[in-house]
Amino acid sequence: MTTTIPHQPTPEQAPDGGPLLQASGVIMRFGGLTAVRDVDLTVNTGEIVGLIGPNGAGKTTFFNCLTGLYVPTEGTVSYQGTVLPSKPHLVTKAGIARTFQNIRLFANMTVLENVLVGRHTRTREGLLSALIRGPGYHRAEAASRARAMELLEFTGLAAKADHLARNLPYGEQRKLEIARALASEPGLLLLDEPTAGMNPQETRATEELVFAVRDQGVAVLVIEHDMRFIFNLCDRVAVLVQGEKLVEGTSEVVQQDERVVAAYLGEPFEGTPGDGPTTTGEQENDR
Amino acid sequence: MTDLSTNAAAMAVTAPGTHRTERYIPLPLNAARLLTLLGVVVSIASTFMSWTYTTDFPGDLTVSGYPGGLQIMTLIAAILTGVVALGAFRVKGLSWLNPSRSHNSVLLLALGTLGTTWYTVIDIAAKLGGLANLDPGAFVAAIGSLELFAGALALPIDRHPREDDDADYPELGALGGLQPVAAGYRRLRELRPTHADIKVPDPRRLNVWLQRLAIVVVFAAGLKVLTFGLATSYSDIFLGYMIVVSFGFWGLGAAGLLRQFQQLTRNNRVFSSSVGILAAIAYPFAQNNEHWANLGVSVLIVGTVALGLNIVVGLTGLLDLGYVAFLGVGAYTAALVSGSPYSIWSGVQFPFWAAALAGAAAALVFGVLIGAPTLRLRGDYLAIVTLGFGEIFRIVVKNLDGVSGPKVTNGPNGIAQIPDLSIFGYNLGAAHDIGSFTLGRFANYYLLMLVITVIVVLVFTRAADSRIGRSWIAIREDETAATAMGINGFRVKLVAFALGASLAGLAGTVSAHVTNSVVPDPYVFSGSVPPNSAFLLAAVVLGGMGTVSGPILGAALLYVIPEKLDFLARYELFAFGIALVLIMRFRPEGIIANRRRQLEFHEDAATAPAQRPLGDDTVSAGTAGA
Ligand SMILES: Nc1ncnc2c1ncn2[C@@H]1O[C@H](COP(=O)(O)OP(=O)(O)OP(=O)(O)O)[C@@H](O)[C@H]1O
Ligand SMILES: [Mg+2]
Repeated sequence: MTTTIPHQPTPEQAPDGGPLLQASGVIMRFGGLTAVRDVDLTVNTGEIVGLIGPNGAGKTTFFNCLTGLYVPTEGTVSYQGTVLPSKPHLVTKAGIARTFQNIRLFANMTVLENVLVGRHTRTREGLLSALIRGPGYHRAEAASRARAMELLEFTGLAAKADHLARNLPYGEQRKLEIARALASEPGLLLLDEPTAGMNPQETRATEELVFAVRDQGVAVLVIEHDMRFIFNLCDRVAVLVQGEKLVEGTSEVVQQDERVVAAYLGEPFEGTPGDGPTTTGEQENDR
Repeated sequence: MTDLSTNAAAMAVTAPGTHRTERYIPLPLNAARLLTLLGVVVSIASTFMSWTYTTDFPGDLTVSGYPGGLQIMTLIAAILTGVVALGAFRVKGLSWLNPSRSHNSVLLLALGTLGTTWYTVIDIAAKLGGLANLDPGAFVAAIGSLELFAGALALPIDRHPREDDDADYPELGALGGLQPVAAGYRRLRELRPTHADIKVPDPRRLNVWLQRLAIVVVFAAGLKVLTFGLATSYSDIFLGYMIVVSFGFWGLGAAGLLRQFQQLTRNNRVFSSSVGILAAIAYPFAQNNEHWANLGVSVLIVGTVALGLNIVVGLTGLLDLGYVAFLGVGAYTAALVSGSPYSIWSGVQFPFWAAALAGAAAALVFGVLIGAPTLRLRGDYLAIVTLGFGEIFRIVVKNLDGVSGPKVTNGPNGIAQIPDLSIFGYNLGAAHDIGSFTLGRFANYYLLMLVITVIVVLVFTRAADSRIGRSWIAIREDETAATAMGINGFRVKLVAFALGASLAGLAGTVSAHVTNSVVPDPYVFSGSVPPNSAFLLAAVVLGGMGTVSGPILGAALLYVIPEKLDFLARYELFAFGIALVLIMRFRPEGIIANRRRQLEFHEDAATAPAQRPLGDDTVSAGTAGA
């Protein structure tokens, strides 16, 4: 895998280590059901933060609140110090990109076209310039394509640029979602269960991919049921149970917390991350 | 020759899931080939004989020594069958005639020959009252084509792969649980021929001038086929023509020739579009007849409007059920500024370019007015609102007559006496002589409309392959994901809606002048006169959503077929419905599949091992033959 992610940092990026994303007091109610209860979460520049919790804990709902897909009942989400509007496209424009738990690619577009759609916020060309096709248009289109190809190179999909997205194997579809999200040059990448349904090798590759993304200055907030993946990867982990944030801290702190063990892991998490088969049985019953 | 027969025998017992070839009638391969070729020869010979005594049957089939009327259909179908058969039999130097080498093409063309011949024979007997009206030639033809078909059935045919014994068939419903039913159904499914995944040699290896020559020849042949069909003067002959053309296309597709042609045009994009435009320009010259020119204008108008609708429906996935109203807005705008004495501004006469822009702009304004409040909603709301808008437009126009409302559109009487256009001093209403050709009024408008069509095609292709076009398709594919990728769904949809509307408006301005008058009645959701919303939608779906040529072809077929088959008149809407149901069931992507659909095949070809040896002789033979 290439290690140079072609990322141009967003111009008004916060100074290193500062809070990038700040969600405070986020509450999401669906009628009588409160899916997210008063959750605060901060993601700093250059961090990989994990979000774990049992099925139905409200993780995806929280993501949807962050990205403007849902309007939170209460609470605010701010990115780089400004409160985000509840419009998904404006959130993406501001610099947050995401993937979906149940893959949502543009199935009948090619792999390359999927990534090009991801470039939407970083390109300007409207209908008129598409019709006139002046030199500026050709330059912008070529640059977009070049950049999309770099991202495909980066995720290892370059050879399949011309294939239809729906014809890709499952693992590659997940990778393509990441490439597509990266195409919007985000400062923060939200991944919703990026390794669901992957085999151990693919999971490892995804792990490396996430590290490589972080190394290019993109902060990552990741939901995952695979504990080994999470504890390997994350600088900080937050645990959501029944919509509430139970604990937040480093992998060690979270692993040792009895409430987490009780609520989520069921049994003590043995060993340090990365040694031997541990909680792989956990996520099998997920889907 | 022998390698194929052993091959075929071996392939007949391949495992489930793999492509296989098998014959429908068990005969030795060489006997089957002989039977096929004999059938071809007998069928061809029969067309030179007399098929009936009297000249009462359309097209005069009484002449010996010269084929006429429907005999020509049998003759052409038989010759085509013979040609692809020789290619499939790998006769040295001729294999380029059948690049896929699939016998399926022989079978399909044989079926076309059988269809048109037996249709003719039965039609003679039925029309003239009994078999006594048939001359021996008719019997020879019937037997010859049957022989040909039998021979083709005995050839090894590429089939769908075997299916698992325990495969589920949800379409059978409760019956699927019964073992014999499911087994019978599976056997039926396994009978289906398929040739989609057969590789064909890439014609791009040919010399570039040969490629261009091939493109010119194909376009010339296409123009000939088209004008021949339009020139048929009886619905009997047209039906025979349709049989041959349909099976012909299907068969040539199975032979891989269409795919090769597609590759050629893709490789010589500019050249082939210029040749295509030249062929379209040649049409009124090749058919020096006002009726056909009129047909040509009408087809171009509905085709162009369908292409505009394709932006909305095919690319963006918005169901617009009142699209024809935008055509009406354009037509009425052009009529109001045309200088017609019935216009409220009867003194105002815009030059054509200004009228065209005004029509497009008015339609654009209406598009934005309708789209802005509704495009924020998802799903069926838009369909309902646009359906309503289409009706409201017509009713409002009917009532703006000075009695029920202010006088703007002259009510149900419409705006008549729209003067003919004059562009750079060229009066489109008068006939002009160009060399030995005379361009009549409709031919003039045809050429003008051709310019508009080229513009619309250019707008469509450029828009579709750009940032905005990709965002349309993304919205169609998954609106939530599209917005999460930063696409402002509302704005992008509004652009599509407005662009589609203004293209229809543009076409409307020409249509007002072609018909000399505009009245509110044609602008309905569904009716028996072509430009109505249901017709346009059907043209898009039938032709192929999201493609350029699909909607134009769809509009042409839907316009010309009822015109030619006058016995359909009473059942037109019924036939229309049946056609749509059949298309949705058997070819949901439309007649012309989207490039994206073809990528699937491309992928199969890339991953699956080659189905058959692809000798290089095809190219050298092609070079020698062409
Ligand atoms: N649009 C909605 N309307 C009503 N209830 C919803 C909606 N979306 C989510 N919920 C409910 O909110 C709760 C949290 O769901 P969510 O999908 O956020 O869980 P999750 O933590 O992502 O679980 P999983 O690990 O299974 O993905 C569930 O009880 C779910 O049924
Ligand atoms: Mg979830």
